[in-house]
Amino acid sequence: MLTDAEDEEKWLAEGIAGIQHNAFYMHRALDSNDLRAALRYSVQMLSELRTSLLSPNKYYELYMRAFDELRKLEMFFREETARDAISIVELYELVQHAGNILPRLYLLCTVGSVYIKLKEAPGKDVLKDLVEMCRGIQHPVRGLFLRSYLCQISRDKLTGIGSHFEGDADLINDAVEFVLQNFTEMNKLWVRLQHQGLTREKDKREKERGQLRDLVGKNLHVLSQIEGIDLDMYKETVLPRVLEQVVNCKDELAQHYLMDCIIQVFPDEYHLQTLETLLTAFPQLQPTVDTKVVLSRLMERLSIYAASSTEVLPEFLQVEAFAKLSNAIGKVIEAQVDMPIVGAITLYVSLLTFALRVHPDRLDYVDQVLGACVKKLSGKAKLEDTKATKQIVALLSAPLEKYNDIATALKLPNYPRVMDHLDNGTNKVMAVVIIQSIMKSNTSISSADKVEALFELIKGLIKDTDGAQDDELDEEEFKEEQNSVARLINMLHNDDPEEMLKIICTVKKHLILGGPKRLAFTIPSLIFSALKLVRHLHGQDGDAIGEEVAATPKKIFQIVHQTIEALASVPSPELALRLYLQCAEAANDCDLEPVTYGFFTQAFVLYEEEVADSKAQVTAIHLIIGTLQRMNVFGVENRDTLTHKATGYSAKLLKKLDQCRAVYACSHLFWVDEQDGIRDGERVLLCLKRALRIANAAQQMANVTRGSSGPVILFVEILNKYLYFFERGNPQITSSLIQDLIDLIKTETQSDSTSDPSANAFFACTLRYIEFQKQKGGAMGEKYEPIKA
Amino acid sequence: MNYIIGAFKPPCTISITFADGKTRKKASVKKDNGQTAMVPLFESKENIVGEVIIEPMHGKKVEHNGVKIELLGQIELYFDRGNFYDFTSLVRELDIPGDLYERKTYPFEFSTVEMPYESYNGINVRLRYILKVTINRNYVSNIVEYQEFCVRNYTPLPTINNSIKMEVGIEDCLHIEFEYSKSKYHLKDVIIGKIYFLLVRIKIKNMELEIRRRESTGSGPNTYVETETLAKFELMDGAPVRGESIPTRLFLSPYELTPTYRNINNKFSVKYYLNLVLVDEEDRRYFKQQEVTIYRLQEES
Repeated sequence: MLTDAEDEEKWLAEGIAGIQHNAFYMHRALDSNDLRAALRYSVQMLSELRTSLLSPNKYYELYMRAFDELRKLEMFFREETARDAISIVELYELVQHAGNILPRLYLLCTVGSVYIKLKEAPGKDVLKDLVEMCRGIQHPVRGLFLRSYLCQISRDKLTGIGSHFEGDADLINDAVEFVLQNFTEMNKLWVRLQHQGLTREKDKREKERGQLRDLVGKNLHVLSQIEGIDLDMYKETVLPRVLEQVVNCKDELAQHYLMDCIIQVFPDEYHLQTLETLLTAFPQLQPTVDTKVVLSRLMERLSIYAASSTEVLPEFLQVEAFAKLSNAIGKVIEAQVDMPIVGAITLYVSLLTFALRVHPDRLDYVDQVLGACVKKLSGKAKLEDTKATKQIVALLSAPLEKYNDIATALKLPNYPRVMDHLDNGTNKVMAVVIIQSIMKSNTSISSADKVEALFELIKGLIKDTDGAQDDELDEEEFKEEQNSVARLINMLHNDDPEEMLKIICTVKKHLILGGPKRLAFTIPSLIFSALKLVRHLHGQDGDAIGEEVAATPKKIFQIVHQTIEALASVPSPELALRLYLQCAEAANDCDLEPVTYGFFTQAFVLYEEEVADSKAQVTAIHLIIGTLQRMNVFGVENRDTLTHKATGYSAKLLKKLDQCRAVYACSHLFWVDEQDGIRDGERVLLCLKRALRIANAAQQMANVTRGSSGPVILFVEILNKYLYFFERGNPQITSSLIQDLIDLIKTETQSDSTSDPSANAFFACTLRYIEFQKQKGGAMGEKYEPIKA
Repeated sequence: MNYIIGAFKPPCTISITFADGKTRKKASVKKDNGQTAMVPLFESKENIVGEVIIEPMHGKKVEHNGVKIELLGQIELYFDRGNFYDFTSLVRELDIPGDLYERKTYPFEFSTVEMPYESYNGINVRLRYILKVTINRNYVSNIVEYQEFCVRNYTPLPTINNSIKMEVGIEDCLHIEFEYSKSKYHLKDVIIGKIYFLLVRIKIKNMELEIRRRESTGSGPNTYVETETLAKFELMDGAPVRGESIPTRLFLSPYELTPTYRNINNKFSVKYYLNLVLVDEEDRRYFKQQEVTIYRLQEES
């Protein structure tokens, strides 16, 4: 048994053979000027088109063959009438003698085409007759093709320069009337096609209908090409009639295609001027019609049109294009109750794009769109639909891209409200997008209000959203997000300290809510931002600071203090400690002794209470020592307290190795090379001696526990400290002391068979350095002279 | 032998010619043997003028009891073959009894002859007009020659010509309304009309308009009716929906029609009907027949 497709191929082949066969005889008749035979064979040839067996696709193939032959016949008719062998009127009657309607009408159209060209009768009468007679074909496929043929042959008479209908308004009316009528009839047939045949083949039929749509659309195309249609006529006649047909046919496929077609074929200028009429059709379409695609395309076209020239912009304003579009979209959404939310949002995205392109200066429009969107979304739970979410992201990103300036977006009160409807994940993504936009455009946000608004937008990143589950939080992603927030904080800047302070307060207010995980990422940025302000204030010290100024360093330090406290309680003690030290340094620069002292106190408290890990302690103590060394605001008393503390803690570290290193680092606390720096040689020596003792103890401990000598490297390191202070001119450090140490190390290395190669190398380098200084001579060389390496 | 054969051959030839035979219009007539011949065309009340030429065979003498010419209008019913009903019979004496030695020409004239009926050649009946020349002879059979001619009568435009409009249908199934612009058509006329579909519940495949001729002959129990479909003209292809209206334009000229003949000499009638046929997908036919009058309109020439 043959399959359907094979059957169809066979039928098509038979049909083509039939056409070819009869066309052959028709040609012979044409060659011998035998009109009657030509008609007879052409009728037989056209009878092949009467088949019901073919799908539209295959039927089209058959039709095209016949079409080519009819062109030849038309030529023949023209010649025959030109040489007066037969009058066109007679011919027009003669072809109507055919008994079968389909061949008859094809021939009639063909003669009609000649008839119009000869201008013997008013073209409109002929056209009217043709379009009327074609009603005889009620079979959808055959009817569509016949009328398409009619459309095809009349096309060159209707359109283009020098057309038969050009110039005279009445004639144009007739031409339009003709095309409209043909269009209406074709559309009816097309819509009817779906009701033919079996119900179970409905899908197949819809597909076939899709293939036929261009036949219907061609009419609109011809309409658009009729030269004489001016705006008035389009407005009064063409558009209302076409829309009437579109709306009344109540068919999804047709409505979608035809609306699209209208938008594509007619000029943008007309659309703009008839926007209201066009738009009123949309809510009347079937609920299943994918209006959004069509409307989007309309808006896109209009916005491109607007962009094409500045001259057309006033037109847009004049017709209130935006208001109309916005209104129409509202109505469409209202009318189509079942439209998924994504559809509505897509429409808003299109509208927004339109507004941005056409009226970039009208922020209120943008906000209006967002507002409408919020209204649509309100009362609904957060969006689950990923497509809808994507559309919202598009909606929100559009203004950012357009203005390239977050400040503009911040002016839109509805912006954050739209964001509220996103699910958490997307909300974050959107926030990141916003931040990236800021980074990219390198805009600084320069007022507290804006900052407030901005943080409202990105609150998804700032704090945990209600009921959010952190279970499946991607660590990597989280870090990335928080880092971007941190970066953002650096973009918030205002040269005016007062405003800057306000900004900082605002930021702080938001960040504090962030919860333990976030603070660690975000607080440092804030602190540094604040410290920057402090330094800035300090820089213009004296003149700028009046009496009632809010933004004093002191005040800032208070805020900073509170902030770090929050961080410390998180707990993230090490970070807090570092920040305290940073602040201390800043305060030191501002000559605020009590403040500095306060920060140090905090640092020590943290060290005592919170830093438990021995490794962390080592790091912390080194940091403290380092910072403390640079402090110059302290009076003797305070300094003593702090250094004492530092040395104390150093000596209390767990590992001897660490102890030793911390202690010799402490030696620096007593020797500051700067102007007015403290230079307490005795205490330096004390520290170093203590370090040596610890090194010794370490040595012994190693002997006891592992039976090997301890780390020689400590001695070498201490030796280097000796040399440093020796060179700096610490009177307490004498060449003999150094000599002793060198000797000690030598013995140690010799006695120890399993010596550490790196220590040995270090020691060798140190000795070489001494040699080098000696050879270099000068004051330093003399100083080194007594030391024997 | 020649002499014997010669005895059976007519001793003379007779030819009948019309005075305006060269210029007069001719019409084709089907002869008994199936061939068509062109014969002169007349209409009622015309003068039929011509000549009869009798030419005896060379060297022969024709004795006769007189020569006459007759104009006959005959109706021949095929089931009653051989019997002619002469509804018209006119005689002109051409010669008194005597002898013919040589070619002789007799002019004749029938003035304003009443020929109310048209020549017609149907299935069961024939109506024809002939000129019959008879040479009466004693003892031997008469010599007879026929000349057929054709008669057509023209009718002026009817003063009343109403349209035919009718609504027909099958309940809850199909309702249509059709309209033909006229009820009387001339032979070269066009039937213009429209068919409105008021209700369509059946799947229609196509629709056609037929022209049917009904010829009835005889009378009473001996009535014979023959119906012929002369034209099948497809009006519509495919299934219409409610509210659709389908135009009709049917040119009558391609078809061989005659005018409607009503009760010709009580012998026969020829009537025409328009039959609108709808065919559904199961090839069931729904039809409505409607009589129309066909007449012959004087052609402008």
